Amino acid sequence: MSQRSLTSAFVLLLRRDLTLAYRRRAELMNPLLFFVLVSSLFPLGIGSNPKLIAAVGPGVIWVAALLAAMLSLDSMFRSDFEDGSLEQFMLSSHPVSILVLAKVFAHWLVTGLPLILVAPLLGVLLALPTEALGVLMLTLVLGTPVLSLIGSVGVALTVGLRRGGVILSLLVLPLYVPVLIFAADAVHTAAQGIPTTAQISFLAGLLALALALAPLATASSLRVSLS
Amino acid sequence: MSRFAARDLECIRDDRTLFSGLHFDLGAGQALVLEGRNGSGKTSLLRILCGIRLPEAGKVLWDGEDIFKLGAEYHQHIAYLGHKDGNKLDLTPGENLRMAKGLGKARDDLDLETALDQVGLYGFEDVPTRNLSAGQQRRLAIARLLITDAILWILDEPFTSLDRQGIAVVEKLFDQHLAKGGMAALTTHHRINLQVTQALRINLSA
Repeated sequence: MSQRSLTSAFVLLLRRDLTLAYRRRAELMNPLLFFVLVSSLFPLGIGSNPKLIAAVGPGVIWVAALLAAMLSLDSMFRSDFEDGSLEQFMLSSHPVSILVLAKVFAHWLVTGLPLILVAPLLGVLLALPTEALGVLMLTLVLGTPVLSLIGSVGVALTVGLRRGGVILSLLVLPLYVPVLIFAADAVHTAAQGIPTTAQISFLAGLLALALALAPLATASSLRVSLS
Repeated sequence: MSRFAARDLECIRDDRTLFSGLHFDLGAGQALVLEGRNGSGKTSLLRILCGIRLPEAGKVLWDGEDIFKLGAEYHQHIAYLGHKDGNKLDLTPGENLRMAKGLGKARDDLDLETALDQVGLYGFEDVPTRNLSAGQQRRLAIARLLITDAILWILDEPFTSLDRQGIAVVEKLFDQHLAKGGMAALTTHHRINLQVTQALRINLSA
C-alpha cells in the first residue's frame, strides 16, 4: 500500500470521526461538564480559605481531568463495534495501528482539547497563580493524549464485554497514576515559582512512549476482542 | 490468477466441534456456498476465512500462503459483509462509501454514484443512513463490495431484508463479479440463481 493512500485513509477516518462527533454533539458535553462541575464545586465545598484552595487546586483540576477522560473512553470503539464498522477496519488493507491512531486522535480532539481550553479559567477559580496557568495547560497538552492512548488499549480489551465498565477502570487507572503524579506536581512546583523541566520532560517521555506503543497494543487487543 | 483454499480447518466453540477436517479449493470465477442448520458454524467459518477469527487447527491459503502471515496484504483482496451492515447510521450513504473506499484498495473505474445506482440507491447519497429502510441499508452494504478492487467476496447472508427485486440485483452483481474472474464465499438460506458457474457447495450439518 502506498504512503499516500495510507495518509488519505488516516485523514478520512479522522474526518469521519469528527463528523460523527459533531452530529452527536450533545454527548460530547458530558465529560467537559463533569470536569467543569467538579473543579468549580470543590472550592465551594472546602470553604473560603484561599491558601487551602491554592494548595489543593492542581490536584483537583488534574483528578477531575483524569476522571473526565475516563468517562469519555467507552465511546471510543463502542458504536463501531456494535454496527460492524470495527470488523471493516480490521479487514482494511492499511495497518490497523495507524487507523487506531486516527481514531484516538479524533477522540482526543473532541474530549481532551476542550478540557485544555477551559482549564485556565478553572485555574483562576482555584486560586492558582498566573505563572502556574501556563504550566497547567502544558501538562494537560502532554498528559491528556497519554490518557486517551492508554485508555484506548483498555477500551479495545473490554469492547467485546457487555459490562466492561468496571474492568476498564481497573485496567486503566493504575496506568494513569504516573501521569497524575507528575502533572499535578509540575503545577504545584510552578505555583511556588520553581522550574518544572523535570516533570515536563517526564510527561513528554510518557507521551512519546504511549504514542509509539499504545496503537500497536490497541490493534492487537481489538483483534482479540473481535475473534 | 489467484487461488483460495482451506486445509484441514477445525473450529471449536464452547467445547463443541462445529467442523473439522474442512477442505476446499476455489479458483477464479467460482463461488463457495455454505449450507447447514442454524448454529452449524457457517458464520464462524466465514470469519475464519476473513482472518478475523483463528481456526483451532488448519490453514487458510491465498495463493498458497497462510492468510494470517499475509495480513493486510490479504485483506486488500477481500471484501466482507457480515451480519451487521457496517454502516454508520449518522453518516450519509455517500460518506459511508467514501470511508469504505479509503479503507480498501479503491477502484478507479467506478465512482460512488454509479455504485449506489447499481444497488438501486441512486438519489439517496445525501440522506442520513438512519432514515433508510433495513433493505436499503443492506443494499448500501452491498455497494461497498463494488467500490474496492476485492477479488474475493465473503458474504454472510447477503440477502437478509432484501426484496425480490433487490435479490435479483445482487445476483446479477455476483454473476458480473464471478464472470470477471472474482470469487465468492457465502452463506444463504435463499436458493441462489448463479448463471455462470458451478457453485461449490459445502454442507456443514452433514
